[in-house]
Amino acid sequence: MVETTGTCVEVRLPSRLGFEKVAMGTAASVAQLMGFPPERIEDLKTAVAEACINAIEHGNQLNEKLSVGVILSASADELEVKVMDNGAGVSKPPPTPDIDRKIHGEEDPRGMGMFLIHALVDEAEWVRDSKGKGSYVRLVIRLDKEGE
Amino acid sequence: MQTDTRTTIEHISSPNGVSIAVLRFTGDISTASKEPVLGAWQTVSGAGPVLLDFSKVEYINSSGIGLIITILMEAGKIGQKVAIFGLTPHFQKVFTLVGIGKYAGLHKDEPTAVAAL
Repeated sequence: MVETTGTCVEVRLPSRLGFEKVAMGTAASVAQLMGFPPERIEDLKTAVAEACINAIEHGNQLNEKLSVGVILSASADELEVKVMDNGAGVSKPPPTPDIDRKIHGEEDPRGMGMFLIHALVDEAEWVRDSKGKGSYVRLVIRLDKEGE
Repeated sequence: MQTDTRTTIEHISSPNGVSIAVLRFTGDISTASKEPVLGAWQTVSGAGPVLLDFSKVEYINSSGIGLIITILMEAGKIGQKVAIFGLTPHFQKVFTLVGIGKYAGLHKDEPTAVAAL
């Protein structure tokens, strides 16, 4: 096993849909080196992809002159992922998606990214820069999840 | 960067002779998949039961899930049965989390899905 504690990996993505897969692959590689089980790596990949998609689409408004920063920080028992963009951030969390309302056309069929992020990682928080210079989402996935 | 979505449409018969359309997806199911996913659905909408085959799909994001919900929404309006098979265990979990399992059976493989229709 490669020693990963204290390691920090940074990726910068163009604000173009599809490039979230670069962050997914990087996060999966780091998590694999840390010894996460395959099913938790799949959870992490989806959460990171959705965070990057939100940053590309909503944060940076698909402006390719802006980049999305992804910082992965490994400690002994958890992996923290920060996904940063230039947007104003989330003022209030969106309502929990309701499949019945979606099926009946009362709610947009999309809009499940934040819900999935919350459901798939151990911690998720959306932080707005106090100086108004962007925002980030911070995700944490813990190595001991299976043993709980 | 995104892998194109390709959809092939096959028609099979259930053991009791019911014609079933199978939409077989390949590639990613994402924002860029609207035409290949919903376009294929339009060609079988209003006919018999439909199976959605994800066994050659590796990446599905929330936009792609939104497209599947759109299919289920339209199928529900006309009472058309839809079932899903071939999802990886992870995406089976994701589809269950968002509630898709309430409106379409999520099956391990094609024979199981056909038997359940």
